[in-house]
Amino acid sequence: MDHPEITREEAAETQLTVPTRGTPTGPPAIEAVSIVKRFGALIANNRVSLQAFPGEILALVGENGAGKSTLMNVLSGLLQPDEGEIRLKGQAVRFRSPRDAIEHGIGMVHQHFMLIPKLTVAENVVLGHEPSGVLFDQRAARRKVAELSEAYGLKLDPAERVEALSVGLQQRVEILKILYWGSDILIFDEPTAVLTPQETRELFVVLRELAIKGRAIIFITHKLKEVMAISNRITVMRAGQVVGHLTTVQTSPAEIASKMIGHEVLPEVHKGPAKVGDPVLEVRDLDVLSDRGVPAVRGLSLEIRGGEIVGIAGVEGNGQTELVEALTGLREAQGGTATVNGIELLTEFEQNGRASRSQNHEAGRSHRLRGFGESFRRLTKPAPAYVREAGVSYVPEDRRERGLVLSYSVADNTILGIQSTPQFSRAGILNFGRIQRWARTLVTRFDVRPPKTNVPVGTLSGGNQQKVVVAREFSENPALLIAAQPTRGLDVGAAQFVHERLVEKRDQGTAILLVSAELDEVMALADQIAVIYEGQIMDVFEAGTANEDEIGLLMTGGAQHTAEQSIDLEAPALSQGS
Amino acid sequence: MNWLINSGVWTTLINADLWQSTLRESTLLALPAIGGVIAERSGVVNIAMEGMILTGCFISVFISIHAHNAAAGLLAAIALGGAMAAVLAFAAVRLKANQIIVGVAINLVALGLTSYLNVAVWGQNGAPASCAPSGGACKSGQILTIPDWSVWQLNKIPGVGQIFFQQNPIFYLMLLLVVLAHVFLFRTKIGLRIRAVGEHPRAADTAGINVQALRYLAVILSGMLSGLAGGYLALAVSGTFNDNMTSGAGFIALAAVIFGKWTPFGAFGATLLFGFGLALWHTLQNTTGPVQDYSTLIAALPYVLTIVALAGFVGRATAPAADGIPYDPAEAA
Repeated sequence: MDHPEITREEAAETQLTVPTRGTPTGPPAIEAVSIVKRFGALIANNRVSLQAFPGEILALVGENGAGKSTLMNVLSGLLQPDEGEIRLKGQAVRFRSPRDAIEHGIGMVHQHFMLIPKLTVAENVVLGHEPSGVLFDQRAARRKVAELSEAYGLKLDPAERVEALSVGLQQRVEILKILYWGSDILIFDEPTAVLTPQETRELFVVLRELAIKGRAIIFITHKLKEVMAISNRITVMRAGQVVGHLTTVQTSPAEIASKMIGHEVLPEVHKGPAKVGDPVLEVRDLDVLSDRGVPAVRGLSLEIRGGEIVGIAGVEGNGQTELVEALTGLREAQGGTATVNGIELLTEFEQNGRASRSQNHEAGRSHRLRGFGESFRRLTKPAPAYVREAGVSYVPEDRRERGLVLSYSVADNTILGIQSTPQFSRAGILNFGRIQRWARTLVTRFDVRPPKTNVPVGTLSGGNQQKVVVAREFSENPALLIAAQPTRGLDVGAAQFVHERLVEKRDQGTAILLVSAELDEVMALADQIAVIYEGQIMDVFEAGTANEDEIGLLMTGGAQHTAEQSIDLEAPALSQGS
Repeated sequence: MNWLINSGVWTTLINADLWQSTLRESTLLALPAIGGVIAERSGVVNIAMEGMILTGCFISVFISIHAHNAAAGLLAAIALGGAMAAVLAFAAVRLKANQIIVGVAINLVALGLTSYLNVAVWGQNGAPASCAPSGGACKSGQILTIPDWSVWQLNKIPGVGQIFFQQNPIFYLMLLLVVLAHVFLFRTKIGLRIRAVGEHPRAADTAGINVQALRYLAVILSGMLSGLAGGYLALAVSGTFNDNMTSGAGFIALAAVIFGKWTPFGAFGATLLFGFGLALWHTLQNTTGPVQDYSTLIAALPYVLTIVALAGFVGRATAPAADGIPYDPAEAA
């Protein structure tokens, strides 16, 4: 942001020279030797070995289910290995609990933050290693945390509750926590998955400083750009095994990718020009509250036509979740209208003398009978089944929470929401033969692995779970497809697969609303990019008319000066809310 | 309205007996409620408090007779409550069983076993006579009780004196325990850790906290407090043992935990309300006039309040996030 004239790639290249400190000498800070970890019949780690030296950043890369997280859970004492050993500075050690690992100087920043939302920053940081005494010394804890945050330039208010912090700041709390423990081996499990480009850059500055101060850093990711930008060395895992140790300056993203998946990939999305049809989704002046009762979506208007992908670019927590939930009937709208192919999902209601905008009360009423949660003359929370009937398919952002019933079989999951259609049931009795045939077709077509329909879906890897959701939602020939974070946590291969299916749907004429925290993904897929900030659309760009930094700036609200420059940009499909 | 005014309700309400009785009933409810707060803050719902209180009633009477010592009876009740809680903790924490099912099982066993032993030990006529060991000699074989205190001469103050200074020592102990529980949960290191374990056990585990040990501790503490409540009911209030003499006190205490938003002071406040309902019932039963006919209806008041509390009328409930959920470290993150 300080040097807008330098592109991200150039910045990454200049950064490359910084952490290189020649070949490490002395024993590795931490060494895993032939680690084997089994879960039942599954071998998650098969004779895995790696080394991390003081002062270096080791990137650990691999697809989902390659065994990276299992290995890190072993190194941090959460899991005990079945075979093999861990050595610290050449000495073999055994961790019986996370406490053991912490006392040996290992600190891990987990992918899903290990923070207690209701407690303060200071309480979270010192938890388990509080200042001495029977009573909890709140003041001493806050003082220590303040000193630490000062020393490392990680600005935080120790008295703030963690639930009030943004994701980026929560990550700082996590980092402070392991620094407070005095850890000298720092493990970061996909730390950038939830960060904006700016926050990622800030994190990288911190990581580099920590490495320079002599700490060994293990950085888990599957974003190759970041691997190239931050690491000294790279360890690649595939299917539970280490398939290569690379030196960053001597390798390329293509080489890493080929080792990760075993074949060369072309991460770019191939798509032709959009064949745009009639408007499908029309949203006007939508207002939605967050869980805490504060406005999350504020007067948002949006239009999506058939055959185009509209991507919502924004930092998480700026109303994307609430927008999607209001459109899918999972959250009540406070005001505004939404229609899909003319069918009303949300209708305006009179408030403070504001006239009802619904022109067709009769039509509204007939839907109202099937809607849910609305009172007289308004439809503010349509039943999800009704939304589905209106032609909306939905890939939720949290597949484990909303997209799937993890303990159900793959087959059962492929008919969730369509189980009562005549295709699968008659008089409330399911037709298992048909369901099986249907599931087998989808599993084959969407390349779900293993290609079994009777295993609980929870036993599949994250990528394959997502394929099941995508298979189900894409198979219904929807008029509107809402895809929220469709590739979150997926590896390159699975993400590319989902991207191809999205483009395929677009080319079949489906209107697609894509919400993603990955700016790269939005830029690669969307025909129109709408930037959201604090519940409002800041600006809309045609694909290819905006660069990443410009959008990144808008995403963080730094819109004032850039908005003036881009105000003339045509926004034919979308209009900003009044 | 006229019948109401003439019915003796008002004379009942200004009678110090009613308020003295309210505090007595509240003590019975508050002791397990405090324990319930601690257990749920650690992430375990102790639905077995009812059974632990009832067992505490029985064992305190039994030991009071045979040791010829009321304090010994009380200590036995506390110990047995803790032991029962250890069983619950073993099943719920170690074996990761469903806490509700294990709790219900303990309640059923406690009810059946104490009713059986009541007849088996004391025969059809029930437990022997009680005796308050205040100066006078009690015969062996009698139940030694815990008599009320008359605090200095303060109980002579009209009205207020009887309410606050003519109470059982366990009432004052309960007040102390409310404060201690608050300090324990919110001012000590171990309290901070218990709250962390109840909110996000995995986060606590990765910070080096022994989740299982803390849950054992919290559940056993709640069992000991339930046992104490049983001893109080049998030795200080009733002076005897009857089948199912707790009649749901443990469940009302569980509601008080929620009503009080999982804080010791809040739970204590809730038990004052519930205790008032119970006391009103007992008092109205002994009045003459039309209200007596309705006393049974009024008896339902605490339970109606309980339902209202459980229905979330107290506002968005802020239960500990991991309340009632077993923690399995090996479960994939």
